[in-house]
Amino acid sequence: MDLKLQKIIPQLITVLVVVLVFGFFTYNAQINMENRGIDFGYGFLSQESSFDVQFSLIEYDGSHSYFRAYLVGLLNTILVSVIGIIFATILGVIVGVARLSPNYLINQFAAFYVEFFRNIPLLLQIFFWYFAALRALPLPQDADAILGVFYLTIKGLYVPAFIWENLNVFLYSLIAAIVAIVVIRIHARKVQETQGKQLPVFWIAIGLIFILPLLSFLIGGVSLSFEIPKLKQLATTSFIYEGGVSLPPELIALTLSLALYTATFIAECVRAGIQGVGKGQKEAAASIGLNPNQVLKLVVMPQALRIIIPPTTNQYLNLTKNSSLAAAIAYPDLVLVFAGTALMQTGKAIEIVSITMLTYLSLSISISILMNWYNKKIAIKEK
Amino acid sequence: MFKYVKQLTSLVAMVAVLFTFTTETMAAKKSKTLKNTQKKGFVRCGVSQGLPGFSNADAAGNWTGIDVDVCRAVAAAVLGDANKVKFTPLSAKERFTALTSGEIDILSRNTTWTLSRDADIGLTFVGVNFYDGQGFMVRKSSGITSTSQFKDGISACTNIGTTTELNMRDFFNSKGISYEPVAFEKADEVVAAYDAGRCDTYTTDKSGLAAQRTKMSNPDEHIVLPETVSKEPLGPVVRQGDSVWEDIVRWSLNAMIEAEEYGITSANADSMKTSDNPAVKRLVGAEGELGAAFGLDNEWSLRIIKQVGNYGESYKRNIADTGILPDRGPNELWTKGGILYVPPAR
Repeated sequence: MDLKLQKIIPQLITVLVVVLVFGFFTYNAQINMENRGIDFGYGFLSQESSFDVQFSLIEYDGSHSYFRAYLVGLLNTILVSVIGIIFATILGVIVGVARLSPNYLINQFAAFYVEFFRNIPLLLQIFFWYFAALRALPLPQDADAILGVFYLTIKGLYVPAFIWENLNVFLYSLIAAIVAIVVIRIHARKVQETQGKQLPVFWIAIGLIFILPLLSFLIGGVSLSFEIPKLKQLATTSFIYEGGVSLPPELIALTLSLALYTATFIAECVRAGIQGVGKGQKEAAASIGLNPNQVLKLVVMPQALRIIIPPTTNQYLNLTKNSSLAAAIAYPDLVLVFAGTALMQTGKAIEIVSITMLTYLSLSISISILMNWYNKKIAIKEK
Repeated sequence: MFKYVKQLTSLVAMVAVLFTFTTETMAAKKSKTLKNTQKKGFVRCGVSQGLPGFSNADAAGNWTGIDVDVCRAVAAAVLGDANKVKFTPLSAKERFTALTSGEIDILSRNTTWTLSRDADIGLTFVGVNFYDGQGFMVRKSSGITSTSQFKDGISACTNIGTTTELNMRDFFNSKGISYEPVAFEKADEVVAAYDAGRCDTYTTDKSGLAAQRTKMSNPDEHIVLPETVSKEPLGPVVRQGDSVWEDIVRWSLNAMIEAEEYGITSANADSMKTSDNPAVKRLVGAEGELGAAFGLDNEWSLRIIKQVGNYGESYKRNIADTGILPDRGPNELWTKGGILYVPPAR
């Protein structure tokens, strides 16, 4: 028989089976829903949601639509994921490097941290940080100010709010500084390549990023004042802070546990990456006269990153997906707000779960694409 | 081509299996649920994850509560044994999906009967086994004695996926008070967070507040405010589309309430067969052919009363004697000043 046909037939059969199975499930769901009088449709998204959410990045209350509630949940999921990823990366890199430290105390401490946090289920850690923190934190009226303006209480972390005047001028000056730094860097590189001279780019950059925004304060009419949280009494033993910005303890506990947990995995990726660079590479770099800083920056890190990035991408994806455990401690993420309350109020289980699944899929794919792009950028470029 | 005979046969077999499946589901016969229940030998009942007085499991896994008794009554009527029930603990969020997907056949989980739930999502409410209303719990030390003392910025702990979330918004909006809703997925976490001081008030159905108060580290430090901010008729729910099963569950509950009305108890049910009152005789199966309408025998209601007891016995055993709500309030018979009034079993 034709070899080509032999290859195609099994694949055709597989496709057919997949289509049949899916068709069967869809058909069955349709019949069952019809029998039980359940309508299918996405029209509910424009209806009034009539429930409130504790914490939202955009303006929202119960008079907005279910779609708006979906956006609130989605943004909260993205918020906790982004903050979690930033902290997990910083902590992961520090711990990963610390594990390779020649100092016995430091590397043992790092190893203990990794083994401890990696091996306890995440949900348990979230409960621990949330309820332990709730029990340990003071009531608003008993809280002492941190640095005079921050209040960490059982009802949340209260921080001063910034009140800007002419904020746009300040932002323009900041953008101008960044553009100037990029231009100078490109110029400095050219100078080095053509004339072999090294310009003090780092110090120029530091200077620019401070001086330009400072000028905007002095001559641009920018001013900044702080609104400091003030204690307000609700009842005999019940207080809150008014003014300023309040970060709910649910957000803090969730970010903390996600970052601490994921950082252990990232630390191992970093350690593997650094150890994966051959010893000969460092010795060769030193022998051509590079100083230790340059060895790390120009020889070790570019090679280590290639090993670190792909598994770290997985950890970023895990963190994003794990953020759905938020529902357990009342952080209003996508699962709690949309696949929780909205699902309950509308009864549109299939629609809402499918939207939620699609959303997580899109989030994960976006992170993957971003990290793959970065990975390609730092990969060995064969000329 | 012989190479693929094996694959092809398995494919054909699979397709055949799929199709028999489909025809089975499409053949929605009259009360499939009753037939299936009798075939399985137990009633599949969805309950809460632990609400004292309503549905709560002890250390040995025995379920008790007035919601549990509804399922037991159906088991007694349909299978002849009140213990032939398989209980499935469900969160507020999971409960309707579990019922509509066919995982359970009765949902008896302190569920509020509302128009949208009844009409929209493939459910049918069969009656009310507890008249409740939403209330607020606060710490005694706060000095709050009425909801009129609530101020802007108050934080309220509650469950997601319940009517509570919606009522809370209606209440605070109507009073013009800004509030911080802190909504958890499970009741245990709500209680833990409120108990720790995360919220100023804890809001849910008043019966729930009374029951959860017993779980607090120091119950005496908390009070339930007198105001009731919503109507919460709680009752059992069945899937839409099986009217016979719906009738069985409805009349199992009604039989318990009517039995109390006529003074029939688990202790005297047998002797009531010789009563002079035809209504009593019908309920204990000594007169009429009431069971036949559901495809059951005539002693279905007698078994309920003997094995589970009447509504008053169930209430006393589960709610009054446990100290949750000793006063029956609206859940008293209509003849005694309450609003429990069921259609006659005849």
